[in-house]
Amino acid sequence: MTSHIEYERRYDVVVIGAGPAGLASATSLAEAGLNVVVLDEQTAPGGQIYRSATRSPISDPKILGTEYYRGAELVAAFEASGAKYVPQAIVWSVSPGWDVGVSVRGHSFLISADAVILATGAQERPFPIPGWTLPGVMTAGAAQILLKTSGVVPDGEIVLAGCGPLLWLLAAQYLRANAKIACVLDTTPRSNWTKAIGYLPGFALSPLAAKGAKLLLEVKSSTRVIANVDSIKAVGESGLNAVEFTRNGTTQKPIGAKTLLLHQGVIPNVNLSMAIGCEHVWDDTQLCFRPVTDEWGETSKRGIFVAGDGAWIGGAVVAEHAARLTALKVADRLGKIAAGELSNRASRDRAAKQRLVRGRAFLDKLYTPAKQFRVPEGETIVCRCEEVTARQLRDVVALGCAGPNQAKAFLRCGMGPCQGRMCGVTVTETIADARKVSVEEVGYYNIRFPIKPISLGEFAAIPTTDEAMKTVVRELPPGVTS
Amino acid sequence: MTRIASCKSRTQVKFQFNGETLTAFNGDSVAAALLASNAGPFRTTPVSHAPRNPYCMMGICFDCLVTIDGVGNRQACLCEVTDGMQVETQLGRRDIAK
Ligand code: FES
Repeated sequence: MTSHIEYERRYDVVVIGAGPAGLASATSLAEAGLNVVVLDEQTAPGGQIYRSATRSPISDPKILGTEYYRGAELVAAFEASGAKYVPQAIVWSVSPGWDVGVSVRGHSFLISADAVILATGAQERPFPIPGWTLPGVMTAGAAQILLKTSGVVPDGEIVLAGCGPLLWLLAAQYLRANAKIACVLDTTPRSNWTKAIGYLPGFALSPLAAKGAKLLLEVKSSTRVIANVDSIKAVGESGLNAVEFTRNGTTQKPIGAKTLLLHQGVIPNVNLSMAIGCEHVWDDTQLCFRPVTDEWGETSKRGIFVAGDGAWIGGAVVAEHAARLTALKVADRLGKIAAGELSNRASRDRAAKQRLVRGRAFLDKLYTPAKQFRVPEGETIVCRCEEVTARQLRDVVALGCAGPNQAKAFLRCGMGPCQGRMCGVTVTETIADARKVSVEEVGYYNIRFPIKPISLGEFAAIPTTDEAMKTVVRELPPGVTS
Repeated sequence: MTRIASCKSRTQVKFQFNGETLTAFNGDSVAAALLASNAGPFRTTPVSHAPRNPYCMMGICFDCLVTIDGVGNRQACLCEVTDGMQVETQLGRRDIAK
């Protein structure tokens, strides 16, 4: 079968993802004279933070705020750079060579490249509370995507709950759009302030401080914010009806609401870098697994780079600087930077990135989510796909299940369609808690290709040479022969 | 859910959800189109048949799985709605024939 999608079989560099890191790295690489393709899951460039940056239907720019429109500048530079953009491109494998297996609207291709930049960004940290699977409960990020892409907001009473900058940003955007916020339940543990205070000077000197203070003031002056919330329960039958919660351990009057928007920070998307076999570590400050990278974003696998929030959560602007540094290194390796010039050319982005990174430490400490919202107990669902509860998980640990991969065998935990993306970090932390050992000792799911469900028919129809075919065959799922 | 007042006009799209005709706009994802019409649930779970709607809107959670034009297991948050599209709730596990 041939396809209507135009692509070349070989590029100098494949970039996966078109958020700030993907766009910035691809632009720099193309400007350096390299042949670059960007494979993006979305239908238009921007990633999540700048989702629909060039075509949001929202006519009043004040609603989303000026920073959002940085996305349109990035996209314009990218489009002028000559880099190739493939929308709706779902990467399902990356194998040594490097060969990238990608599915575009039902057709799969293999594309080879000297270097691959994973700019797959972050996902929201799971927020496992009782009732979090009810229709009407979604992440703050999801709500923000609905606003940016379609101008859609919940009707009726809305409760926002959790901690972290995105929660406050969404609250402000909702207020500007006249959405009806019943209240914000702030779960930031009071004790975090003592841990964060030492980092305040670095934060105060960074551009983050003034922005953050303004946002908090905007929200707190026009909506009810309830602090020190230490448990939350979403209740309803076929959809959310009310939000129950406690404050400083005391039960409060439930709030009637049809929508509950949850957020407690973001964590790197590690499925792809894990499946490639890159070395990962547990980050004790950001409480997540992340790939080990050098100062340029190169992983333990030569030629595989991670740029942006996929390597370390720093936000959109840090991602942009980091991605330009990665692009410089890749261009240098591919002979596009004059000898001895690399470090010189890197100095500006490096300095700008450093300033923001220093400010970030305060936010990381202040918004570290409380344990009870990360490590669930009882009937709270851990794995949304297979509906595995914390109790079931803790029970199998008591029977000797030592890690996430065994939990799969016992409970099908992490084996549903999301392939552990949603529950991975919760399962690891919960097993570590139950076993009273470190998270490193428990480890993460073994992630294997294909990392996205693609049909066998699609495998079979890949337009390919014999050599390329072997690459695919190596990656066929267990039990399937060619 | 509802659309905010401060929106540019876009081309209307008509599509079907479980046989009912709904309207959306060009550029909406299937998920946004359904949520804006307060239609749902998107799917029921294979284990307890509980109703689910989108949770992440960014391709991570797979709670938005629907059947689109006869093909099951489609992530509604990653697909754009088009005129005449037939969307159905996905009940339990993906039908083997779809
Ligand atoms: S809503 Fe999570 S994958 Fe679509």
